[in-house]
Amino acid sequence: MSVNDIISKYSYKSNLDKELLDYNKEISFNGLPNTINNNSINSLSPNISIPPISQPTDFLRAHTDDETNPDCSIKIAHGTTTLAFRFQGGIIVAVDSRATAGNWIASQTVKKVIEINPMLLGTMAGGAADCQYWETWLGTQCRLHELRNKQRITVAAASKILSNLVYQYKGMGLSMGTMVCGCTPKEGPTIYYVDSDGTRLKGDLFCVGSGQTFAYGVLDSNYKWDLSVEDALYLGKRSILAAAHRDAYSGGSINLFHITEEGWTFHGNYDVGPLFWEIKEKEGSFNNVKG
Amino acid sequence: MDIVLGIRLKDATLIATSKAFTRGISILKDSDDKTLNLNKKNVIAITGESGDTINFAEYIKGNVQLKGLREGHEMESDEIASFVRHELARSLRSRSPYQVNLLVAGVNDKEEGFLSMIDYIGTRCDLPYAAHGYAAFYTMSLLDHHYREDISLDDGLKLLKLCEEELNKRMPMDFKGLNVKIVDKEGIKVIDF
Repeated sequence: MSVNDIISKYSYKSNLDKELLDYNKEISFNGLPNTINNNSINSLSPNISIPPISQPTDFLRAHTDDETNPDCSIKIAHGTTTLAFRFQGGIIVAVDSRATAGNWIASQTVKKVIEINPMLLGTMAGGAADCQYWETWLGTQCRLHELRNKQRITVAAASKILSNLVYQYKGMGLSMGTMVCGCTPKEGPTIYYVDSDGTRLKGDLFCVGSGQTFAYGVLDSNYKWDLSVEDALYLGKRSILAAAHRDAYSGGSINLFHITEEGWTFHGNYDVGPLFWEIKEKEGSFNNVKG
Repeated sequence: MDIVLGIRLKDATLIATSKAFTRGISILKDSDDKTLNLNKKNVIAITGESGDTINFAEYIKGNVQLKGLREGHEMESDEIASFVRHELARSLRSRSPYQVNLLVAGVNDKEEGFLSMIDYIGTRCDLPYAAHGYAAFYTMSLLDHHYREDISLDDGLKLLKLCEEELNKRMPMDFKGLNVKIVDKEGIKVIDF
C-alpha cells in the first residue's frame, strides 16, 4: 500500500468524494484498468491545485515574470495598445492585434475587442486568457441582470461587476487592463477603465497597454469633443498606428469600432503594413522612415 | 505621490486631495476624487494601493450608514475614526491587509472641527492639521509656522492656497490641482479652489 493510499484511506472525505470513490470501485470491478479509472474519475471531484509552497503568488511571479528572469518557463502575453474615447458622435474604440510572449510574436491576428453584448464592448490588455474569460463571463452576468430587472444594465453597473470580481482575486496573479464601453439611455456614451488591481475609473479618454504613451501622444494633441464620426475613426486608427510603429509589442492590424445609442458597429480591420505607407504618403508624416 | 491634506478650524474642517490619478508612467485621469462623504457631517480622504482605496472607503461608508439607520442617529466623527482604526488594525492581521492611509474630517456634536489621520498599520492621531505622503514634507513646516487654533475659514483657505503653491513649486510631479471640501455644521461643500 503506497503512502497516497494510506493518506486517502484515513483523511477526511466529503460526501461527493465518497460517492466518487464508490463509483470508482464499482467501475474497476467491471474489469476496466484500475489506474485509468482512479485518475480520471478522482479528478471529477472539485479541487484546486496550489503549488505546495507558502506563497503561491510569489511562485507564479517567479515563473512568469520575464523582466527579471528571461529564462522563465511560462511567458504570458502582455504587450498591447488599446484606446477608447468619447466624443460628440458616441465612442470610438481602436485596438491593435499583436500577442507577444516574451520576445516571441505569438499572433498577429488577435481579437482584442470583446463583444460583451450588442451594446457593450470590452477591450483586452494584459493576460489574454484572463480578459477573454472574465469579459465573456461579464456578458452572462449582464444578460442575467437584464432578465431579472427587465431593463438593460448600465455601463456603470457592468463595470462594477467586473471590478468587484477582479478585486476578489487581487494579488493572485490576474492581469488585465480593460475598458468597458457602451451607451445607455440613462448615461449616454460611457467609458469605464477597469484593471486587475481593482481600479475602476470613469473618463472621456483612455489608452491602455505597453503602447499607451505613443497612442496618448497622438490622441491628446488631436482630440476635440466636436470631431466628426469620420475624423474620430481616423484619429483612433492613426493613434494605434503610432503605437504600432514605435512599440515593439504592438502591431499586426487595427480593429476599429464605433458605439452609438443603437449599439456598436465594426468599422474594419486594417493591416498595419500597407496602412503605414498609405498614411505616410497621404500625411507626409513618419519622415524618420525612407520610403 | 498622491496628496492628502487636512486643516481643522474652529467650527469646520478643510480637506484637500490631488486630482491626478496616476498608474505607471501615465496620468489616467485629471479629475479624480479621493474623498467620500460618509454622512452629512463626515468625510474621508483616502490614498494608498489602488483598488484597496475605493473598496475600503465604500466598506466604511456602508457601515457608517448602516449604523446611522440602526441607531437612529448619525455616527459622530470620533466614533468613525475609532471604527476606521479598528477595521484597519483588524485587516492588518489578516492574509491580505488593506494598504490605505486616510484622513477623517468632520464636525462633532459640539460643532467643532475634527481631523484625524490614520495609517495602514492602524496608527490614529487627532491633529489640528495633517498630511499623508510626500506632501507632508513640504507642507508641515508651512502649517507649523502659520497655523493658529482660532483660524477663520478665509484664513484657512489662504493657508491651503499657500500649501498648494509650495507643492506646485517643489513637487516633481504635476498633481493636476486640488479638490477641496469644507465640512461645517451646514454639511459638506465642494469649493472652487
